[in-house]
Amino acid sequence: MATKEEVKKLAALARISVDEAELEAFTREFDAIVAYVGQLESLEIALDGRAEKPALYNVLRDDERPHEARAYTEKIAEQFPARKGDALSVKQIISHD
Amino acid sequence: MTDFPEKTRNLRPNELTIAEAARLLRAREVTVRELWDACAAAAQEKNPLLHAFLEIFDADEAAIAAAQRRIDTEGADAPLLCGIPLAVKDNILIDGKIASAASRMLENYRATYDATVIRKLRQAGALFVGRTNMDEFALGGSTEHSAFGVTKNPHDVTRVAGGTSGGSAAAVSAHMAIAGLGTDTGGSVRNPASFCGVVGLKPTYGAVSRSGVIAAASSFDQVGPIAKSVADARILLDAIRGRDPMDSTSIPDELYPRRSEGIKTVGIPARFLAEGIDADMLERFRTTIQSLGYAVKDIDIPSAKPALAAYYIINFAEVSANLARFDGIRYGRSVRGETLLDDYLRSRTEGFGRETKRRIVLGTFVLSSGYIDAYYRKAHAARAALRREYEQAFESVDIIATPTMPTPAFTIGAKADPLSLYLEDVFTVTANLTGMPAISVPMGTLPREGKPLPIGIHFTVPHQAEERLFTAGAAVEKLRTA
Repeated sequence: MATKEEVKKLAALARISVDEAELEAFTREFDAIVAYVGQLESLEIALDGRAEKPALYNVLRDDERPHEARAYTEKIAEQFPARKGDALSVKQIISHD
Repeated sequence: MTDFPEKTRNLRPNELTIAEAARLLRAREVTVRELWDACAAAAQEKNPLLHAFLEIFDADEAAIAAAQRRIDTEGADAPLLCGIPLAVKDNILIDGKIASAASRMLENYRATYDATVIRKLRQAGALFVGRTNMDEFALGGSTEHSAFGVTKNPHDVTRVAGGTSGGSAAAVSAHMAIAGLGTDTGGSVRNPASFCGVVGLKPTYGAVSRSGVIAAASSFDQVGPIAKSVADARILLDAIRGRDPMDSTSIPDELYPRRSEGIKTVGIPARFLAEGIDADMLERFRTTIQSLGYAVKDIDIPSAKPALAAYYIINFAEVSANLARFDGIRYGRSVRGETLLDDYLRSRTEGFGRETKRRIVLGTFVLSSGYIDAYYRKAHAARAALRREYEQAFESVDIIATPTMPTPAFTIGAKADPLSLYLEDVFTVTANLTGMPAISVPMGTLPREGKPLPIGIHFTVPHQAEERLFTAGAAVEKLRTA
């Protein structure tokens, strides 16, 4: 059984906060779902190499200019929550003192 | 608004299929303008009740005129989709339009480019009626998890339209568009198609480009057609399919061995169907299979049942990773706090709905050190076992059938407990786990509280054997019009 504290910690790791009022129901539902998906634990499946290795390979592209410069700049900059010209404005994270 | 028309003579233009509309457009019996106006008028009229669309677009006069010119000059050579109004799920980007994925997070996000599927449809001359409602970020199964309110089932407005592509399915079912696009992560095209009485196709994983489609669980997601007929689903698939340099997971045609389109034997996983299905659903499924006249073989897919648990573990993991990009910094909802961490926390906490948060937290859990072997890696092993079992089954059968859903559409609010909603996906998730294509085709209605509710039959075939799905789907349609 997960505790409310554990659920809160997982949420914090995911950069989410769960309202105190909702936390109890949230934890209860979390527990029920984990119990359900946990049925896999009792399943006899070997974690063999065949199952683990996905059929993936790298896809590389030529190092060339995909489109005209500035073709999308203004559209993308319009989505910035805060901008100074074409610059995305964010909080200062390095302080000088 | 229920059955497929045999004659097109007395139908309003919006009630036509793609194939019928294409024919009437070329015969000059209807114009692109009339077709658009009929769909737009139906959408405007019915949307306050059904809430299928989050936004109905203004007429694109240039596109309507261009489509008409093309039909006039190219005639039979014009693409079948030329001048056809379509409904598009709100997680597929249309340049300049809002693409919110039915989330407060992206409420004001405007797409900066066309998704590849939209570009292809534009090139074919298709028109877009609007963007349709869905479960937030395609997480759910009933469109009840939209941040903007539930979509109602056109066959009974007290019931859900299914999900997550509930808006597209309801729009097509209620003739607010000729056909539509959804996305299918664990059944999100086939589930609402079953509940709304339309056809829903999940193509082979990688068959359709996902460039410009907002990601839910990337190892499952596929764009799929929602249509009034199997023939229409095929027309749409032909228009959107194909390898795309913008999506490295898209596959070339004939990556997998070529399969015949003929069907001799249908496999029924009887043990898998032994519990959890409404009795009259199972009965209708059996009689439908019998009527099709294929040889029937009982097959065993031992991993089919635990597959649902494996599906959800992988879904949570991939969702939590995909949605990590929404941080309130570059685009989407942005709430500023005291510190950078506050910016993240407040933007994500205010931007995401309850089900989305739940899956992100569950994904964080199944991927966390100490649990990743027991959950995520075990789920991958179960997924690989399931795929081997399906491949083995297809050595002795040509196609595998089940009902699409265990039940007809349920009442809005009836599955408020998240786990009970997850269990509805038991028959659809297997195709996402294996990557194999699957289709839901209407197999009539079942009465619930005095109302006839549509139900679907579900077929799966090996990778890139969609032709077989169309063969079986057309055979089911024929039973219903016979």
